[in-house]
Amino acid sequence: MSPALSRRTVLQLAGAAALPLSSGLFDAAQAAPSGTLTIAYNVNLPSFDPTVGLSAVNPTIQSIYQSIFDAYVGQAPDLSFKPGLLTKWGWNADHTKITLELRKGATWHDGSPVTPEDVVWSLQRAADTKSGNPIQFVWSKVGNFKIDGNTITGDVLEFEPTLFKWMAFLTAFVLPKAYYEKVGAEGFEKAPVGSGPYKVDAFERNAFLRLKAHPGYWGAKPAFDTVVFKFVTDPTSRVAEIESGGSDITFEIPYEEFDRLKAKPGLVGQTKPVSDIAMIFITDIDPMLDRNVRLAANHAIDKKAIVDRLLKGYGVPIATLEAPGYAAFDPTIKATYDPELAKSLLAKSGFSPEKPVKFTIQTTRGFKPKDYEMIQAIVGMWRKVGIEATIEVYEIAQHFELRARHALAPAAFYNWGNAIGDPSTSTGFAMFGPSPHCAWKGKDLVERIGPLWGEKDEAKRIAGWKAVDKYIAEEGEVIPLFQYVQPIIHKTGLKIVAQANGMILPQLIAQA
Amino acid sequence: MRWGEIIRRLVLIPPTLVGVAVIVFVLLRVVPGDPIAMMIPPGASPADIDRLRAFYGLDQSIPQQFITWSGQALSGHFGRSISLHQQVFELVLARLPATLELALLATLIAVVLGLIAALIGTQVRGRRAEWLVDGGVGILLSIPDFLWALILLLLFGVLVPLLPISGRIDPEIDVSFHSNFYLIESLLTARFDVASALLHHMILPALALALPFAALLARVLKTSLAEAEDQDYAQVARARGFSRPKILLREVFPNALIPTVALGGVQVTLLLGGTVLVERIFSYEGIGNMAIDAVINRDFPLIQGLILTFAVLFIAINLAVDLLVTLLDPRLRHG
Repeated sequence: MSPALSRRTVLQLAGAAALPLSSGLFDAAQAAPSGTLTIAYNVNLPSFDPTVGLSAVNPTIQSIYQSIFDAYVGQAPDLSFKPGLLTKWGWNADHTKITLELRKGATWHDGSPVTPEDVVWSLQRAADTKSGNPIQFVWSKVGNFKIDGNTITGDVLEFEPTLFKWMAFLTAFVLPKAYYEKVGAEGFEKAPVGSGPYKVDAFERNAFLRLKAHPGYWGAKPAFDTVVFKFVTDPTSRVAEIESGGSDITFEIPYEEFDRLKAKPGLVGQTKPVSDIAMIFITDIDPMLDRNVRLAANHAIDKKAIVDRLLKGYGVPIATLEAPGYAAFDPTIKATYDPELAKSLLAKSGFSPEKPVKFTIQTTRGFKPKDYEMIQAIVGMWRKVGIEATIEVYEIAQHFELRARHALAPAAFYNWGNAIGDPSTSTGFAMFGPSPHCAWKGKDLVERIGPLWGEKDEAKRIAGWKAVDKYIAEEGEVIPLFQYVQPIIHKTGLKIVAQANGMILPQLIAQA
Repeated sequence: MRWGEIIRRLVLIPPTLVGVAVIVFVLLRVVPGDPIAMMIPPGASPADIDRLRAFYGLDQSIPQQFITWSGQALSGHFGRSISLHQQVFELVLARLPATLELALLATLIAVVLGLIAALIGTQVRGRRAEWLVDGGVGILLSIPDFLWALILLLLFGVLVPLLPISGRIDPEIDVSFHSNFYLIESLLTARFDVASALLHHMILPALALALPFAALLARVLKTSLAEAEDQDYAQVARARGFSRPKILLREVFPNALIPTVALGGVQVTLLLGGTVLVERIFSYEGIGNMAIDAVINRDFPLIQGLILTFAVLFIAINLAVDLLVTLLDPRLRHG
């Protein structure tokens, strides 16, 4: 554990210390302007193609994609599904065919109509291994499409119960066949065309993206004719942006700053739990093969204290990898904070505060709010019951690589997003041995989870996942910590519909 | 520096760049952090991962990858960015002008401020006012550029919101450019309203980069001026009855300039390095800002392209400074 002061820490400390000084001198933040909405956005937009490469699977960028492009299926603020470019979708009785119905009257930004051929081409392109679509393994499970008017039918090549849920999320966007084939991949990057509520007007990479309302949009007319996404990746700079009045909305700022800013005249703060959780992966290596150690590590953590003290209350403690609002969330599964129980469990395996069990816990530092501080607090709680953990800081890129190689430390902090709220994309991929994202490769879970992938009865499938979650909690094979709460700060005079998937969609922002 | 020396330096450029390229290429692939691991979606099988790895050419051995990349580099392509899906050469060419304009403006500000501070410091040498100048220079020098960036952002962006704190130009302005040198082009085409908007966005990041640089220039120049003032030619000029300002500007300054230019040249390369964090803080769209994203995303082709660009800039600046010092110093010019 190194106490060295990094440049990033100096930046954050200096920013945090200096920003409060600005209070009261000038209140630059004023009521939102009409006509143009400016969002200080926390990540850059690397690429306009929402179906290929790294940015296609980055959940944070999806807000921009959903402003420009239409997903096959829409998603409501509470994670439920609603018509998007498709008005109807479903399986046949024996789940061997799918039927999709395209919305009538939808148009591309260049004025041409969205056709069933566009939908089929988008699905086929996504399923093509040569396209570079990272979710190709989902899209390749349907094929042999036929078009009849606005209705598309296709064969199920391999049953994927979450297919239609995926149609609302990563890489699930319909692109214009004729235009794309005319301009090619690089031409599309330079002048993208979608069918979403906004069209691209100007783009200065790493600086801003300016959008104009699409006059031919099939849905409700957006309240703002012009939307500017300013790419302000530094949190201190985002705070300064909203405080100076340079932007109307920002988010993903330190909770302390959120509390300070929302008390200022002219600014309003709102929070909403989002589909993103903090967790600690447990790798099935010594000493985590000992059930007593795993359970003790779980019971020794006071999640409420961490949320209250480190996150200023902006978090929801969880007992499984399913957060409230997810399809398989089961409130009857409880995670108890019981240090005495933790001590007695460790004692059964011959460990005590005087003779602690030792292992390494890996964490990022500054990747998520208070990540390192949280792990420090957890290590302190563990020490009291007889667990001596050494903190190892790594970059998020290293985490991905180590996880894919099944080479994480016995404990490793991570945050897991699940914007479609399905158990297969939380417990499933995080805990199923053959998944490259899984740290616990035990056969016990492979046997329990395996049959659920192909389960066609939805009620039975969800019940199955709940049973798996209960088993995991009883065995302590992962440490779920809490559900994140997203702080959004905006000027007065704006009405924002916060999304449970964390997206900030300009089409859902209006003047109050 | 004689012609022979210049030719020797020019000949050394290609092997230097090849050396940089090899080191960067190998280092990127042996340090932890795999771009493919970062884009593996949930549910991907080992075959899916292999497919993605092959798609980006990362399934080959390091020497094979280097040969492929070298071939692309020799034909002027430098590969395709993993995260931005565009040719690295095009991306760097599009963004480099923004950084060069920022660095140029920062250097101009630093030279002006440094010169003024050094001349004032020399003029008041031995008096109490010299403490003020030295103290001011000390403060400017002790605060690094990225902290100046935060201080300026809070002072002029939030406390007294006079200047924009993000981007290169207002998103509301509709203007087209033929080149990516926006400021220079708008000045040359007499679009002063656009130039003014660009300068408004550039002042704070340029000042953040310039302040420590100006302090260093002031300190070196002031010391050189003091040394030169004690030389015989200055004493002779004083004996002939010339005024102090005249001696300073005409006799002392040209001689004191040589070590300042030599050190200033090195400092310009450090200033370019400083653009990485300062551009990030001000969301300025130069190659520094792009470099951070490239590293976060482990975008190997883009990182390689950007480091080679920085290497070319450093070599070019050092060569230019050496030539300039030779021009200024007759002893070097005539061997």
